[in-house]
Amino acid sequence: MKETTAPAGRVLAGLRISVPVILGYVPIGLAYGVLARQGGLTLLETVLMSLFVYAGSSQFIAVALWQAKAEPLAIIFTTFLVNLRHFLMSAALSPYLARYTKRWLAYFSYELTDETFALHSVNLRRGEAGYQGKTILAVNEASHLAWTTASAAGYLAGAVFGRPEALGFDFALPAMFIALLLMQVRRRLDLAVALLAAGLSLGLPYVIPGRWNVLIAAVAAAGAGALCAGPLPAEAAAEAGEAAASAEAGAGAAAGEDRAAVEGGQSRAV
Amino acid sequence: MRSEWFWLLLGMALVTYGPRALPLLALHRRTLPAPLRRWLSFVPVAILAALLAPSLAVVNGRLDLSYHNLYLLAAIPTFAAALLDRRNLFLVALVGMVSLVLLRRFL
Repeated sequence: MKETTAPAGRVLAGLRISVPVILGYVPIGLAYGVLARQGGLTLLETVLMSLFVYAGSSQFIAVALWQAKAEPLAIIFTTFLVNLRHFLMSAALSPYLARYTKRWLAYFSYELTDETFALHSVNLRRGEAGYQGKTILAVNEASHLAWTTASAAGYLAGAVFGRPEALGFDFALPAMFIALLLMQVRRRLDLAVALLAAGLSLGLPYVIPGRWNVLIAAVAAAGAGALCAGPLPAEAAAEAGEAAASAEAGAGAAAGEDRAAVEGGQSRAV
Repeated sequence: MRSEWFWLLLGMALVTYGPRALPLLALHRRTLPAPLRRWLSFVPVAILAALLAPSLAVVNGRLDLSYHNLYLLAAIPTFAAALLDRRNLFLVALVGMVSLVLLRRFL
């Protein structure tokens, strides 16, 4: 793998990209630390969870359930349900990460969260030359470090930081998702898929109890998009083994761009 | 550390890591059937929208689509900022945060 800029430059680029995630993680991590302390956990117990589980909402749920003396197995099962959506994210990133080894992927996926996925999916799809290797891992590590450090800080000195709402920090992540979502919407069909997913995600809790709404909404809306898209123009060519050639040629139609980007990524990796 | 917490941590870590890692490891360098690839290409936009909608429209566990929902109101200038400069995430985040602070102060 050839990367053009110096190693330090690549890591700095990753840090810069992860700034909005850090802005969002710090207040939530602080809140988790405060809650964990109130829930009677030790500092070590609090921080190890941020280090090894690293999943915001399920950490909050775990502390609340722990305090309510719930069965550990029930807490673990709830965690599983809440985090099952990462299965989809991991699958969706797969075509863009063919150049890396399984070992690299095993480490990369350990720090895959909603927010880092959002950054990766947009930047990898855009296919910018600098978004690779160390930069990608720097995004993950900076986000994870912010989360873990904030958990500890919240535990030790939660009250000192006051309420994050005063500075609007609670809107950092929604705002980032707005920008990243708009970057993903490139054709009218993307917009339709986004609106369908949003509607399902809001409506499903009224029909199906539990925490299935995000997962089901994403699966269904992406499925509807795939059905409406029809075969991509590039697919016929790919089947004939001319994928690389069509990728070079730019593959024209907007619907073919994704595949072209993927094929381009793979041919660069070889 | 209490041993119950240790086992809880281990269980939670495993069921969180599994879904994160399995697809990437299992699909590594595999060419998927075309329909599946097409479906996967829509997953990011679908999942971002499915995550974003509740974070804007659900307040304290209840759907709130009224103008009393400050998150929804703050989303308007944020969308505008993102449309103007969608590459600068930091700027968009800042516009969102400032909008929310101003709305909280004056509404």
